[in-house]
Formats: sequence, C-alpha cells, structure tokens
Amino acid sequence: MTTNDIINPANLVYAKAPIMNDVPMHYCPGCSHGVVHKLIAEIIGDMDMQEKTIAIAPVGCGVFAYKYLDVDWQQAAHGRAPAVATAAKRLLPDRLVFTYQGDGDLAAIGTAETIHACNRGENIAIIFINNGIYGMTGGQMAPTTLGGMKSSTSPNGRTVPLNGHPLDITKLLAQLDGTCYVTRQAVHTIAAVRKTKKAIQKAFENSMAGKGTSIVEVVSTCSSGWKMTPEASNDWMVENMFPAYPLGDLKNE
Amino acid sequence: MAKIKGAVVVNTERCKGCNLCVVACPAEVLILNKEANSKGYNFSTMANPDDCVGCAACAYVCPDACITVYKVRV
Repeated sequence: MTTNDIINPANLVYAKAPIMNDVPMHYCPGCSHGVVHKLIAEIIGDMDMQEKTIAIAPVGCGVFAYKYLDVDWQQAAHGRAPAVATAAKRLLPDRLVFTYQGDGDLAAIGTAETIHACNRGENIAIIFINNGIYGMTGGQMAPTTLGGMKSSTSPNGRTVPLNGHPLDITKLLAQLDGTCYVTRQAVHTIAAVRKTKKAIQKAFENSMAGKGTSIVEVVSTCSSGWKMTPEASNDWMVENMFPAYPLGDLKNE
Repeated sequence: MAKIKGAVVVNTERCKGCNLCVVACPAEVLILNKEANSKGYNFSTMANPDDCVGCAACAYVCPDACITVYKVRV
C-alpha cells in the first residue's frame, strides 16, 4: 500500500479543528501558544459551543487570538481580561466565557483584576500562558521570571535583592475560596498535551456548571525571548521552569 | 498480525520549520526539507514514509496545526 492510498478521508486520524481558521498564525516557530489555541478549538468543537463562546483576548502575543479561533472575541485592556469576562458572564450566563492571558498580562498589570475575579468566584475559565518573560515587547523581565534567568532587562540574571522573588500567582490563586479548579500543565510532549486538553475541558465544564473560577496555567516556552531553538527551549523549560512551577493540580473541588 | 501503516500530510506553506514534530516522532519518519516554503522556512516532510504508524505524535505537538494524519490496518 502506498502513501497515496493511505491518504484518504476514511483513514483520517488527526486534522486541524474546523474552529481554527486557515490564516497562518503570527507566532514564532515552535511557540506554545499555537498548541494551546489548537486544544481550545478542539474542546469548543467537542462541547458544541462554537456559537455560545465568548473569549476575552489579552494584551501580549495572544492579542491576535481572535484571528485564529472562529468564536466571539472581545479584546480587553492590558490585564483587565478577567474584569471584562466577569461582565460578559454575568450578562450572558448561558455562554462559555474564558480569558486567554500571558504572564505579563495576568501576573503583572492585571494582578488586581485576576485576584478579585478569582476571589469573587466568577464562573469563568482563565487560561494562563506562563513563559516567564514579556515575549511580545522583546523579552523583558516579568514577575514570573525565574531567579538567575536572563532577560533583556536583567542581562546578568534576575536577583532577589534587586528584582524580588518570582511570583507564583497560580499558587496564590489556589488559596482563594472563589476558585474551584487550579492546575498547572505544559504542552511539550504528547502526554502533556493530552493532560492540558483534559484540564482545559474541565475548566470549561466548571464554568458552565457555575462552580467558580477555574485557572489552567500552561508553563510555556518563548524560544525568541529565551534566545534558543524550540527544541532547546523545551529542554530548558523541563530543567528550569518545572522545578519552580511544578506541574499538577493545585486545587480540584 | 495486522500491521498498521500511517501517513502524514504537512501543510508546507503553514509550516514554520520549528522541528518539534521531528523530535516528537517515535519512528523517525519526519525531517526538515532542504527546500524552503515561500516564507523561507524549511518545512517538515516524510523522509521514511514506510516507517510511519500514524500515531499522530507530530500532529499533537505541532504548534501551527499543519499536520494531518491518516492510518490504516493492512
């Protein structure tokens, strides 16, 4: 049997989800954003919620997510996605409302909105992409940047006396009574991608069931900001990011 | 014993040559092509199509959703 015989719609195993548009994504080669976009598209398709989803886009690399996923989007001011999501979900409680934010958005300028939305227990899901850097603006230090990690504003590595400790905001959010599901995942291997898909699905289901706020942190790479190849970025993430941001459920109620 | 044969189709214009599918493939089927697409990226391609088992590992880790996977029992 030749390859051309195998390539037949009847033998299809995996294809791009229809909710994902054909327009090529602007992300750098190997960026974790693409994998998470794909998972969101697959889950919304599986849940048959395309017409009933309102996604809130951040400021950061993820700002153009509205071009790539064919659902309703509202772009929020920097860090204010949870506040916009609060309004959307309260006005239209039958919709699936989620925010898609990076660490510079969620853990820096939007800390207040994030903490208060989670503390109120808004019935939204928060997808949090944590690559420890401001990717879009040129690799500056973020609150989540690791100790000793080099960035364009900490060229000799982050130090505690000068820059303070890295902020583990997901751990912080797990302490709040309003959150029902707080988990940390990654998308560097097939197993990790499958686990992240389950986590996002659970977060969306919690949102629709009115159980409270769900947070799915995805520990990600930024090969351009870290100045490594995508493959080396994944290895660096496993070696350095995972000890500081260990994977697994922090809260599951 | 039934043998499983697979094949992948790469959307070469969408591919950015990040190499993650090449690393993820357990059967070492994929390589980056020496030729480049219109954006200048060396796109992923099947070098050993006979070894493909259609596990879709490449497609799962592909950040740009450029890989479609087919599988058949022979």
